[in-house]
Amino acid sequence: MELLAFGDTGWGDELFYATLMTIAVSITAMFIGFLFALIFTPLKLSKNKFLNFIANSYTTIIRGVPELLVIYLFFFGGTGAVMFVASIFGYNEYIEINAFITGAFAIGIISGAYSTEVFRGAIQSIDKGQFEAANVLGLNKFGKFFKIILPQTLRLAIPNLSNVWQITLKDTSLISVTGLVEIMRQSYIAAGSTRDPLFFYSFAAVLYLLLTFVSMKLINRLEVKYSRGY
Amino acid sequence: MDLELMINSLPKLLNAAVITLKLLSVSLIIGLFIGLFFAILRLNKNIFINRFAYGYSYVFRGTPLLVQIFIIYFGLGQIEYLRSTVLWVILKEPYWCAIIAFALNTGAYTSEILRSAFQTIKPGIIEAGKSLGISNKVIFYKIQIPIAIRQSLPAYGNEIILMMKGTSLASTVTIMDLTGVAKYIISTTFKPIEVFIVAGGIYLFMTFIIHNVIKFLEKKYSFN
Repeated sequence: MELLAFGDTGWGDELFYATLMTIAVSITAMFIGFLFALIFTPLKLSKNKFLNFIANSYTTIIRGVPELLVIYLFFFGGTGAVMFVASIFGYNEYIEINAFITGAFAIGIISGAYSTEVFRGAIQSIDKGQFEAANVLGLNKFGKFFKIILPQTLRLAIPNLSNVWQITLKDTSLISVTGLVEIMRQSYIAAGSTRDPLFFYSFAAVLYLLLTFVSMKLINRLEVKYSRGY
Repeated sequence: MDLELMINSLPKLLNAAVITLKLLSVSLIIGLFIGLFFAILRLNKNIFINRFAYGYSYVFRGTPLLVQIFIIYFGLGQIEYLRSTVLWVILKEPYWCAIIAFALNTGAYTSEILRSAFQTIKPGIIEAGKSLGISNKVIFYKIQIPIAIRQSLPAYGNEIILMMKGTSLASTVTIMDLTGVAKYIISTTFKPIEVFIVAGGIYLFMTFIIHNVIKFLEKKYSFN
């Protein structure tokens, strides 16, 4: 137990902050994913073939290529891209981008592909009559979307979005390869310096289980809230 | 764009893809047996057996695959007792550690897929078997299992693709699979985009093949 003590003697406080980091990266990535879904869901549902093609390529590529490979692309490619832009302005020193931003962006793009599919499915399964009824009521585009379509979409999407959240949460463990100190990286450091990998990796597993368990409980509440009236 | 690098790295990456496929197929076969075993335990009426099977799938689905690999590869080696047993021959190899982790992981998901498939079989079909005087064992092997396999094909197809992506984590325990070799080439040439296109293309091609094989099987075994 002294291994988990807070302060200089144990790893308790380090692991606590690492857990907060995992939560922060997951939420940021999920949010970035929503932004991507906001762009690509309309493209998927559009009647324009070219826009369809763009959105389909995005979801197919991201869902068909390992997360780790995408993270390596951002980790190695992100620095290169920023340095290239900097070199145009005459700055040739090595620039290191924040591991948090790289990681959250890479996981966010992955999470966005899954969210896009979820939103597409949810919007498509809304009864056509609802759209027509909204038109008949004379609602404008915003009223139609925010008052009629979005609430129903959320109800249908929440169970699947909770799966996306679980995937995103677990994917953040892969960012540890870029050096961001979240649960996995902190456990790696602790395991290395105490030579007790079994304990620290098992503890990491417990932390992840705790996170998934608590977030599931919270999402279930949301689900109840949004299915009022059904 | 460095076309020469892309062409030069293609054979290396294709060779590595063979390792990825080996990892995938071996862990899927072992995982299928584990999944079937735990799905049957889940259907058991004994609450302890039931809870045990549920706990297994909960733990393996609720933690990242990376943690599971690290516990098996780095963690188990720490137990002195294990080092003196026959198991150590297997556990000291990163290749087998990765396969054990993948098989246990996919086994957890497969058990959930099969369980829900078993539960959606209409009771009338089993009753029909009973009224024909077929024994419970034969009903299970000849009626329930074939129907469950058919029911779970679409979900299992997704699981195969997820597992194929999961095998990329083998590269974190020094195995030179497709992702491992891709990372090596990226870190020696600093051309991430070119390597990503080739390696990603190979992964997408494999996804495409798996997707179509599953579609074909679904059609072949459909009830209509």
